[in-house]
This record gives sequence, structure tokens and C-alpha cells, in this order.
Amino acid sequence: MVTALAKKRRKALFVFILPGLILLTIFIILPFFMSFGLSFTNQRILSRLPTEFIGIRNYERLFRDDLFFTGLKNNMIFALIVVPLQTMLALGMAMVVNKNLKGVKIFRTAYFMPTVTTMVVVSVVWSFMYNPQGIINNFMQSITFGQWETIDFLKNSKWAFPSIMLMSIWQGAGFQMLIFLAGLQEIPKMLYEAAIIDGANKWRQFLHITLPQLRNTTAFVLISTTILSLRLFDQIKVMTNGGPSNSTYTVILHLYNSGFTKQKVGYASAMTVVFFLIVLAISILQRIVLKEQREV
Amino acid sequence: MTTQRSLKRVKIIDKTVGYILLILLALFFLFPLVYMITTSLNPNERDIVSKMGSIEAFIPTEVSLKNYFGDPNAEDPNLTANKGVTGRMNFGRFMFNSVFIVTCTVLGGLLINSMLAFGLARFNFKGRVFFVSMIVALMIIPFEAIAIPLLWLVNSLGWMDSYQVQIIPFMANPFYIFLFYQFFIQFPKALEEAALIDGAGWFKIYWKVALPLSKPIMASVAILHFLMQWGFFLWPLMVTRGEEFRPLPVAMQQFFGQYPRDWGDIMAFASMMTIPVLILFIILQGQFVNSAKSSGIK
Repeated sequence: MVTALAKKRRKALFVFILPGLILLTIFIILPFFMSFGLSFTNQRILSRLPTEFIGIRNYERLFRDDLFFTGLKNNMIFALIVVPLQTMLALGMAMVVNKNLKGVKIFRTAYFMPTVTTMVVVSVVWSFMYNPQGIINNFMQSITFGQWETIDFLKNSKWAFPSIMLMSIWQGAGFQMLIFLAGLQEIPKMLYEAAIIDGANKWRQFLHITLPQLRNTTAFVLISTTILSLRLFDQIKVMTNGGPSNSTYTVILHLYNSGFTKQKVGYASAMTVVFFLIVLAISILQRIVLKEQREV
Repeated sequence: MTTQRSLKRVKIIDKTVGYILLILLALFFLFPLVYMITTSLNPNERDIVSKMGSIEAFIPTEVSLKNYFGDPNAEDPNLTANKGVTGRMNFGRFMFNSVFIVTCTVLGGLLINSMLAFGLARFNFKGRVFFVSMIVALMIIPFEAIAIPLLWLVNSLGWMDSYQVQIIPFMANPFYIFLFYQFFIQFPKALEEAALIDGAGWFKIYWKVALPLSKPIMASVAILHFLMQWGFFLWPLMVTRGEEFRPLPVAMQQFFGQYPRDWGDIMAFASMMTIPVLILFIILQGQFVNSAKSSGIK
């Protein structure tokens, strides 16, 4: 009796787990380990030449590849500027939306709309606005009383990247606002009531209650946005394709150009490994930061 | 008395500032989308270009769907400018491709991910803990870190330019498995014990008890999966060549890259791709908010 039941259990377990396990293994685990293996070969997508083991030559080449470092540098700049700005904006928005005002839900909906709009579409619409005759140039002109000189934002190597940053903040802030909002709603109201009795003003309440209580949420938002900054691709591909003069070139665009356009799978795999190690380091940092706070 | 009055005054100021901020933010977040739609409704390309910088662009002098479906009454309906998006390209095909790919991925994903999570959460077996930590570890790997080897792999399988290459690799997802797992692990043991004594098999428990109870999680997972897949760009850009299997984002990018640009048509394309999702979002708002929040528990 017992063995029959156990057998049945076992069978059921296999049926539940197997389809997912097979897919995860073939399409995530296998390619993940393949990237390590392929990074030591000269593999190409279509090639009549046999694949050869070439040791660490791909890595040597990668560390001498100026374009890779240009991309990495741009990703870092993007993260350094976009992450703090977007996080602050999102926190501010969450606090406004968290106020007990009539109709606040409608506004929350409005702020979230860019997030549900596909990045390719967002890029196209903003390209229209960044036109030399477009609305942004005109707006700048009217607020500077005509002092503003028309700029072709996306074709100007000084302005292209900041333009993409602004657009990315616009697209992503609504999402983080919701995460902050969830965090705000978990703060016990008691804390604020006690502070008011003690005579603490709004600013002190924010500094001594809201911010410390939101530490985990903030850490999560900061780190997940940093990782998203490293993955920057869609808007770059659509708006500038890395130009002008590589001012918007990114690591993933380089990965795409090497692995897909030039079909150098081995070389792109080496880049994949380095990219993953960077992401891993940031993720581990996140776990450490969050753990320490939980213990406190 | 005076303190009460001043307190009231502070409250009113607080409210006013709150509303001003809310409205300014709404303008910032909505105007590009409104701009997209009003431009798409303007049939006169010259008018679009001449007004694109001014506030007048938001008030079209003439409203029509010419940019969407063409103008059959035009002097020369075969002129590119008069064809509209649906006349200039096989828009229906791209729409079908996207809808088909997203539907298959999300439905297949719901089934496979919830089943795996159910197995992990409700069965005790050797290696279970290892299995769960493996799922958590897999969540760290971003898609870009496997894209190139995966490209090589699907190419060796002969899957290039197909539907399955855009569906099958993206059904099982460690993050969605984890969301289901967290939910299923909370059920009391008594639940399935009672069901098992009643003679119900494991599948009945999964299908009739676990799944109906997990509706909120299913909605969150479905929405996150939908958004990811609907906007997916990097992968279809690499694995589709012709129009046959091309999804909307790739079609949008290619159309955007064609010169001379017809902004009215481009915005009509963008609107057709966006408005259905925005409507869906407005209807299912609460669920969207929950799904965004659930992605914060990672």
C-alpha cells in the first residue's frame, strides 16, 4: 500500500518538475555554461573552418578592445547619472502619490503608462520630439527667450547620450514609484504619530523615519536599476545605433555587433562572461547589503 | 483657535502643492503619448512637420485615420503617402505574430512555471533545497548573458526564422517559478492531505485547488511575462530575417529606419502597437500595480 502510494507520488513529482526542468536546462543553464566553453574557441555562427581551442586569446583581445571599454565606460556613466536621478524622482513621486488626496489613483495610472509602453515605441516617439524642429528645441527656445540655439540632439555627440538618459528616466520612473509606494505603505503609521507628538517637522520625519524604513526598498531599486543600466540596448539601437562617434555605444550593442553582425560567437562569449561577472558582483553586493540590514 | 486655524492653512497649502506637483508630473509623463496619438491622427504630413515644435501639434486641424488605413478617396491612392500603415506593409501579419508569440509564451509559461513551483513546494524529496537555491541563482542571469550562445544553439537546431525560436526558450522562467513557489509554500499541509484522503490525485489538487487559489499570482506573472515578451527586441532582431515571423517591435524599428520618414505613418504604427496595451492596462490596473510590486520582492 505504502509503496504504491509512494510510487504514485514519485511519478506525479516527475510530471510536475520535468517540463520546466528540461526547458531551464536547455535554454538557460546550457547556454550559460556554453558561454564559458565557447569563449575559449574561435567559434563562428557559419564557418567552414573547424572550431579550434584558442585558450585565452579572446580575453586578451577583449582587454585590448577600445570599443568594449568605450561601451563599458558609457554604461557606467549612464548608471551614475540615471540611477540616482531616477530613484530620487521615483521616491518623490511615490510620496506625492501616497498623500491622501482625491483622484490620486488617476495620477498614479498616468505615471505608470510609459512603463507599459514598449521601449522601441518610446524611442521612436522621443526621436520625433528631439528633432531640430521638434517640441523640445522649441520649448527650450521659449523658456530662454530665444537664446537657445537649435540642436539636433541625437546627432550631436555631446547631447545624444543625455537625451537618451532623460528618455530612459521618463520610461522607468513609474515602475520604481510603485515599488517605493509599496514600501511606504508598509511603514507603521504609529512612527509618524509619535514623531508629530515629539514636534518633529516634515523634513525630520522624512529623514528619520521614511528614509531608514525604506532602506531595503531603496537598496533594491538602486541595484536593480544599475543592472538595467548595464543591459542598455533597445533605445540605443533604435535612436543612435551607438553613434555619433561612439558617444552612445554600450556593452550590449558591442555584444550584438560582435556576436550577431560579425558572427564571432567565441569572442562575444568571452564578452558575455565578463558582462555576467560584473552583473554577478552587483547582485552579490545587493545580497550583502540587504542581509546586513535585516540583521540590524 | 489660532493654532487650529494655522493648522488648517498648512493643510490647504499642503494640498495645493500636492495637486500642482501631481499635475506637473502628469504633464511630463503623458505629453509624449498624447503627442504620438495626435500626430498619428493628422493626415497632412506637411502640417505635421511645420507644427511639430509648437503646442499646436496637440490640436490637429484635421482628424483622420489616413495614416492608419490609407485614403481610398485620394487622387492617387497608390501613392505611398496615401497608403497608410496597413497599405504600406503587412501590419496585420506583424500584429498576428506578436499576439501569437506572446499568447503561447505566457500561457505555456503559466502552466510550466506553476507546475514546477508546485512540485518544489508541495513534495519532499532529496535535493529539494538544492533545486530551490538553483532557481534563485538562475534569477541572477540576465538574458543578455546567454543571448549569444543561445543564438548559436538555436541556429544549430535549425530554428532560425520561426515561431518556436521566439516562444519555447522563454516559457520557463526562474523568477516566475520563484513567485509561484513562494505562494504555494504557504499552503497548510492539511489542504492536500484532506484531498488525498478523499482520493483526489496530485493533479486534481494542483488543478482544482492550487491554481484557483493562486489567481492573484497568476495575474501578476502573466502581466510581467506579457510586458517582457511584447516589447522584446534584441532576440527577435537576431533570429528573424523575413517578414513572416517578424514581431511588432522589430517591424517598428525597420519602418522607422526607412527614409524619407513619414512621421504621420510612424506615429500611426506606434499608436496601433501601444493603444491596445494601454487600454488593457487601464482595465486591469490593479493587477498591473500588484505585478510591479511583486517584482520588488526579488
